[in-house]
Amino acid sequence: MMLASLFIEALRFIPDNAHLLLDKAVETAKLAFTALGIAVLIALPIGLWLGHKHRGLTFALGVSSVGRALPTIALIGLFIAWLGVGFWNVTAALVVLGIPPILTNAYFAVDGVDRDVVEAARGMGLTERQIVTGVELPLGLPLLLAGIRTAAVFVVATATIAGIAGVQAGGLGQIMANPVVYGQPGVLAAAFVVAAMALLTNFALGLAQQAASRRMAPRA
Amino acid sequence: MIGFHEAGGPVIPNFGRGTDCLRNNHWFCPSWVRENWGDTLQPALIQHIELTLVVVAIGFAIAFLLALAGFRWRFLDPPLGAATDVLYTLPSIALFTVLVSITGLEVITIAIPLVAYTLFILYRNIVTGLRSVPADVLESARGMGLTRRQTFTKVELPLATPAIMAGLRIATVSTISIATIGAFFINYGLGTPIFDALGVADIFRTKLLAAGGLVILLALVADVLLSLLQRALTPWSRTR
Repeated sequence: MMLASLFIEALRFIPDNAHLLLDKAVETAKLAFTALGIAVLIALPIGLWLGHKHRGLTFALGVSSVGRALPTIALIGLFIAWLGVGFWNVTAALVVLGIPPILTNAYFAVDGVDRDVVEAARGMGLTERQIVTGVELPLGLPLLLAGIRTAAVFVVATATIAGIAGVQAGGLGQIMANPVVYGQPGVLAAAFVVAAMALLTNFALGLAQQAASRRMAPRA
Repeated sequence: MIGFHEAGGPVIPNFGRGTDCLRNNHWFCPSWVRENWGDTLQPALIQHIELTLVVVAIGFAIAFLLALAGFRWRFLDPPLGAATDVLYTLPSIALFTVLVSITGLEVITIAIPLVAYTLFILYRNIVTGLRSVPADVLESARGMGLTRRQTFTKVELPLATPAIMAGLRIATVSTISIATIGAFFINYGLGTPIFDALGVADIFRTKLLAAGGLVILLALVADVLLSLLQRALTPWSRTR
């Protein structure tokens, strides 16, 4: 099949099967954002606390490099062996993949906050908790959001692997892993939808990040 | 009497029943790994290393040329950056599936998407590294009478090396990890034993863990080697 005609057929597939794609996109989004939410809940407090204490640099760096090295498919397999096939084993694997960028960025966001500012806050009598939530968190917000952004794009794009792991309700990945059923155009169309979702996520979080850094920029 | 059996007994061929550990599908059976290292794990590991080296080398060459263009002609940077961004968001499974129909069931079908993914990481890091050279430094280079080319090779490139090497580390480690997914389509590298293990009823845990562990180990070793290379290339940053 010629590449150009494949491309055009894929673009035709989208309106013709809008309902299917939408359903599957919602499944993928559910998987991805559940995982992202859990990853934020786990990684953010750890990253913030370690960054606040300026401790555990090797841990923060180690987590990020081990996280990148984890083969997704082996991870999903491991969770299937452990939790059985279903929504939660893929979610668990995606959580593990989402944690490293969030944790590492949270660490560096807080670690990089000007120490004089933190000292000043301490001098004003703020408690450690108040320093983290009131000073370090807002100042480090742009970098922290950058980490969540990286994790989000990664998790959305990777959620499709649920398809080859044979998960029911595996979202767009199911279409991609079944060219026999949906045809090459269907696979490519599903890929376009995933790419659009990832780009949209990237764009939305990019806006949030810009808003955060604008708010934190010193006023002229 | 060696070599003679009593006649009349049942002749049951012994195909090897596997150890207790294997029959009960325990999480990890070291004996299986020892016995299957030579014919399963080692060849897959070597294929994986070869694939990674080729992919990262090609990706680096392309990304470097693109980054030079994006750095030299600023107007090219946004479109090039956006193009490499889009490549990165395309899910690997879809790229592999579509490419199978174009390039066939060859290793190149997994290599092309992997190269595409390295571009995103490397392009960004190389351009950012080159851009981050302080204006004062460039000013003094010009003041010392360096030509544009000399400024690039003697000032900008060395100062960008840490950022470039950081990109190379991320690209290499991600390539090692994503290459496993390619084995869903073409039996190549450490993904093959992983998918074999996933393909049998209730999952061959030892094989899955052994192959998955090798992927992680390979990635960590590559990361350490590249960080040593980075230190060797930038002796001035070692003063502390």
